[in-house]
Amino acid sequence: MTKYRKSLASLVGTLTLLTGTILTVPTVNAVDGASNIEKGKAIAFGRTQGNCLTCHVMDNGESPGNLGPPLIAMKARFPDKAKLRAQIWDPTVANPESAMVPFGKHKVLTEEEIDYLVDYIWTL
Amino acid sequence: MSIYRVVTKLVLAAVAGGFAVTVLAGPDEDRQAFVDAYKWKFPDVPFAEYANGVYAIDKIGRENWEAIEEFPPYEIFIDEGRGMWEKSFANGKSYKDCFPDGPGIAHRYPHWDKQQAMVITLPLAINQCLEANGEKPLGYKKGPLVSLLAFMAFESRGQVTNVEIPQDDPGAVAAYEQGKKFYFTRRGQLNFSCATCHLQNTGMQVRTEILSPSVGHTTHWPVYRSKWGTIGTLHRRFSGCNENIRAKSFPAQGEQYRNLEYFLTSLSNGLELNGPGARK
Ligand code: HEC
Ligand code: HEC
Repeated sequence: MTKYRKSLASLVGTLTLLTGTILTVPTVNAVDGASNIEKGKAIAFGRTQGNCLTCHVMDNGESPGNLGPPLIAMKARFPDKAKLRAQIWDPTVANPESAMVPFGKHKVLTEEEIDYLVDYIWTL
Repeated sequence: MSIYRVVTKLVLAAVAGGFAVTVLAGPDEDRQAFVDAYKWKFPDVPFAEYANGVYAIDKIGRENWEAIEEFPPYEIFIDEGRGMWEKSFANGKSYKDCFPDGPGIAHRYPHWDKQQAMVITLPLAINQCLEANGEKPLGYKKGPLVSLLAFMAFESRGQVTNVEIPQDDPGAVAAYEQGKKFYFTRRGQLNFSCATCHLQNTGMQVRTEILSPSVGHTTHWPVYRSKWGTIGTLHRRFSGCNENIRAKSFPAQGEQYRNLEYFLTSLSNGLELNGPGARK
C-alpha cells in the first residue's frame, strides 16, 4: 500500500517534472513526509488505535501510564529502524513475557499504520 | 530471573508439568508464591491491608476512597437486600430456609460441592434457592440479586476467607487447575492474561489506573463502581477485564468464571471479608 503510494507520488512527480512545474515536486514530497509522521502520532495517541500512552510516557502526551519504558531517544536506542518496527509488530519475539500488545501480529494495526507509527516513534 | 518468572514457573508447573510437579505445587504453595511476590514488590504493606485491593498500594487513590466510604454509596443496596432477606416467597418460605445459619455466610463461598460436582458460588446458591422454591432466578451481574449479595456481604464482614480445595477429590482439583490456567492464559486481540496485569505488573500504571494485586481481589464483593453507577458482581468485573483486552467474555456463573473465582478466592485465604466495597 505504502509502496504503491510512493510510486504513485513519484509518478506524479515525474509527470509534473515533465510538464515543467518543477518547484512543486520537492514541496509535495516534504508535506507527504511530514504528514506520515503526523498520521503516526495520531495513531500512537488514538485511544482505539495504538493507545501507546496507556503504557508509555511519550511526547508530553496526557495521562500516560508507566507499565512500559518512556519512549525517548528512539534513534539512539534503535539505530536500526527495522528493529523498532519489529518491536511494535510483535514484542514477544524479543521478550516472550512482554506485556506489550503485538500490534502487527494480532492485527490491532494495519501494516500501513505501523509504517506511519514507526516513522513517528523514530522522531522521539 | 525476575520474581514474576519465579512465581509463574512455580505456579504453572502444575499446569504444564507431570504428576510429580503437580504434587509439589498445591494451592497452598501457589498462594504463598503470590503472597511472596507481592511482599517482594511492596515490602511495607502488611498482609491484612491486601483486603483493601488497590488502595493497599495507591496512597493518593486511598484518600479519595476513604472519603467515599464515609457516606457509602452501597448503603441503599444493603437495605434493599435486607428487605429481600426478610420477605417470604409465594410458598411462604424465605431465604432463611435455604440459609439456616443466617446471612453472614459469604466466607463459605465459593466451595466445591461434591454432590453437584461443581464449584458453587453464593450467587449460584441464591438462584438455586429461588428455583427450589418456585421463584424465578435473578440476573447475575446487576439488579436485585446484587442487593441481596450486598446485604449478605455486610453481614459477613470480619469473617475470614478460607477456600479449601479437597485434594482427595479429582473434580475439585481439576476445577482449581482450570481456574489457575485461565488466570495465566493470554487471550484477546491485546494478548493479556490476568497475570500480565495483576501479577507481573502490579503497582504499575495503565493510563491513570494502578494495577491491583490478586491477593485481595475477592474480599469485598459486590462492589459499587462509580464507572457503573451501581453495584455489580465479581463476574461482571471479570467480563469487564476480559473485554478491555478485546477478548470474548464468558457468561457470569458459567463454568470458566466459577473456576476462576475458586482459584482467585483461594489466593486470599487468611484475609478478612470487608464487602460490599466501593471502587472507581
Ligand atoms: C499494555 C502496555 C503497552 C502498550 C499499550 C504499548 N507498550 Fe510498548 N512496551 C511495553 C513494555 C512493557 C515494554 C518493555 C519491553 C517489553 O517487555 O517488550 C515496551 C517497550 C516498547 C519499546 C522498546 C523500548 C526500548 O527502549 O526498549 C517500544 C519502541 C515501544 N514499546 C513502542 C510502543 C508503541 C509505539 C506503542 C503503541 C502503538 C506501544 N509501545 C504500546 C508495554 C506497552
Ligand atoms: C490490561 C490490564 C488488565 C487485565 C489483562 C486484567 N485486568 Fe483486572 N483490572 C485492571 C484494572 C486497570 C483494574 C482497576 C484497578 C484495579 O483494581 O486493579 C482491574 C480490576 C480488577 C478487579 C477488581 C479489583 C477490586 O479491588 O475491586 C478484579 C477482581 C480483576 N481486575 C480481576 C481480573 C481478572 C480475573 C483478569 C483476567 C481474567 C483481569 N483482571 C485481567 C486491569 C486488567
